Amino acid sequence: MEHPIHGLTVRGVTKDFHRTKRTHQAENPRFYQRLPQLFKREKETIRAVDNISLEVGIGEIYGILGANGSGKSTLIRCISTLLLPDAGDIHVFGDDVVKESLKVRQVMNRVSVEASFFKRLSSAENLIYAARLYGISAETAEKRARAILERLGFKAKRMNEEMENLSRGMQQKVAIARALLTSPMLLLLDEPTTGLDPKSKRDVQTFIEDIRSERNAVIVLTTHDMAEAERLCDRIAIIDKGRFIAEGTVKELIAQVPSQNGAPATLEEVFIALTGKEIGDEED
Amino acid sequence: MLNLVRETVVSYAFIERNFNLVKRYLSWEILFFSYSIVNALTIGLIMVGRGTSDDVLYLVIGALVWGFLSVMMREVSDAITWERWEGTIEYTFMAPIHRITHLVGSCLFAILYGLLRTGLVLAIMPHFFGEYIDLGRANWLTMGITVAVSSLSFIGIGLMAAIFPLLSPEKGQAATGIIQSLLLLVSGIYYEIEVLPEWLQPLSWISPATYTLKSIRAAMLENASVASQAGNLLLLLIIGIVLIPVGFWVFHVGEKYAKRVGRLKRSG
Ligand SMILES: Nc1ncnc2c1ncn2[C@@H]1O[C@H](COP(=O)(O)OP(=O)(O)OP(=O)(O)O)[C@@H](O)[C@H]1O
Ligand SMILES: [Mg+2]
Repeated sequence: MEHPIHGLTVRGVTKDFHRTKRTHQAENPRFYQRLPQLFKREKETIRAVDNISLEVGIGEIYGILGANGSGKSTLIRCISTLLLPDAGDIHVFGDDVVKESLKVRQVMNRVSVEASFFKRLSSAENLIYAARLYGISAETAEKRARAILERLGFKAKRMNEEMENLSRGMQQKVAIARALLTSPMLLLLDEPTTGLDPKSKRDVQTFIEDIRSERNAVIVLTTHDMAEAERLCDRIAIIDKGRFIAEGTVKELIAQVPSQNGAPATLEEVFIALTGKEIGDEED
Repeated sequence: MLNLVRETVVSYAFIERNFNLVKRYLSWEILFFSYSIVNALTIGLIMVGRGTSDDVLYLVIGALVWGFLSVMMREVSDAITWERWEGTIEYTFMAPIHRITHLVGSCLFAILYGLLRTGLVLAIMPHFFGEYIDLGRANWLTMGITVAVSSLSFIGIGLMAAIFPLLSPEKGQAATGIIQSLLLLVSGIYYEIEVLPEWLQPLSWISPATYTLKSIRAAMLENASVASQAGNLLLLLIIGIVLIPVGFWVFHVGEKYAKRVGRLKRSG
């Protein structure tokens, strides 16, 4: 068979974005001097994901570690059928995400940095809406959501409050409940803990560990938190300017960088050595 | 294969969600409802004292049908605009549902909502116009069937209108407004289409609103039977059967474009 059934297989995926170039001008041109520019706009191409391949097995948490703008979310969106890749292919449990997107979407869900909800509706209303799209009844959805939220340290009685009144951390927990109540076999976690306070962060991380041991799911997690990657991920890829520049277990990655004065390198040092920048640096 | 039962259950998700949103914004709804009344009144009053009571009803029907049409189209495109703003569109698009289910669900809500609002305004009209508006001779069966059949076409137009906010949540709505004004111009809402410049008239022949208005006016003013409107209704049906796949195709092309160039994303 051409595609052995792995959980997730990404092969040679590339994604370009095009945007209009902002040409800088030395002097302050007058308005009319700038007019012609309005009509002749130069396009520039940004290669957000550059020939990326990866494979993740069932029961594994695969981490993607990268700075802001390195292409993590773009890759996740390609996997989750929200972006069409320009090259390469992606298979989820053997099904092509472009050609059989409906089938793939049934078994997949995603949590993004931004907890996107109808802010004036309550968590319960948002979750019931989301669950119905997966053919799950309101009662089942509410029961499952309650169980998940309680484990995340979210007081179930706040489920009927409008979401705009909830803190960002609470909203993020609802987003995690939204993804999990459909029992996805492929779970895409795009910076699920970014911007959370230490307590919420731990709640979420513990929960992710629990899911791994309870369900036979494939989990992809992007982050720029070294400790989180180390704690949760079985394997980690380091992404820089859309490319994977290293991949392996934490041990393997650390082995790639010579130890300094006897002590083994940390993941952070590996990251700096390989990308030439701190994780906080932005891509230009 | 389209599993009809499952897809029907799923499309209910959109209806429920939107009615939940209506509940949350109830005070705004009351404001908009008052605006609909004011609008119908303003138009109807043009003829009071100048024409017969039929003339008044003629204009009021125009205002109501136009109100229904624009509310319906706006709701369909609003649903997309809103999801683009909140960023939930990515989650809706990730769900394992056929796009047709998603869009038909939104359109069904829009039709129900439009009917509810327009029905309420219609019910209030006699209180304002007194003997000028007599709903006693209306043929409600003809009217109901006309609304049902024309809804098909309006779903088709709604689908096309929804692609603008898909591509631009900021400006898309204005584009939807342009389609509405075009329909207003050519469909004989406040005047007979014969007064249109000749070169514009063909547009009115393909506008479903033209036939909708004709049959609704016949039903309300002349107590016309369904049989007497059969020809008109058949045309309306044909336009609907053509417009739905066309609208769906237009949306599909827009969605593909958005997924290729990355227009669905709002943040993150
Ligand atoms: N929809 C889009 N349209 C245009 N450009 C985009 C789009 N999405 C991403 N990009 C660009 O692609 C590059 C990679 O962005 P991406 O969001 O994938 O990075 P990221 O690793 O997720 O960053 P962060 O850590 O900030 O979330 C950036 O240069 C970004 O500006
Ligand atoms: Mg990102």
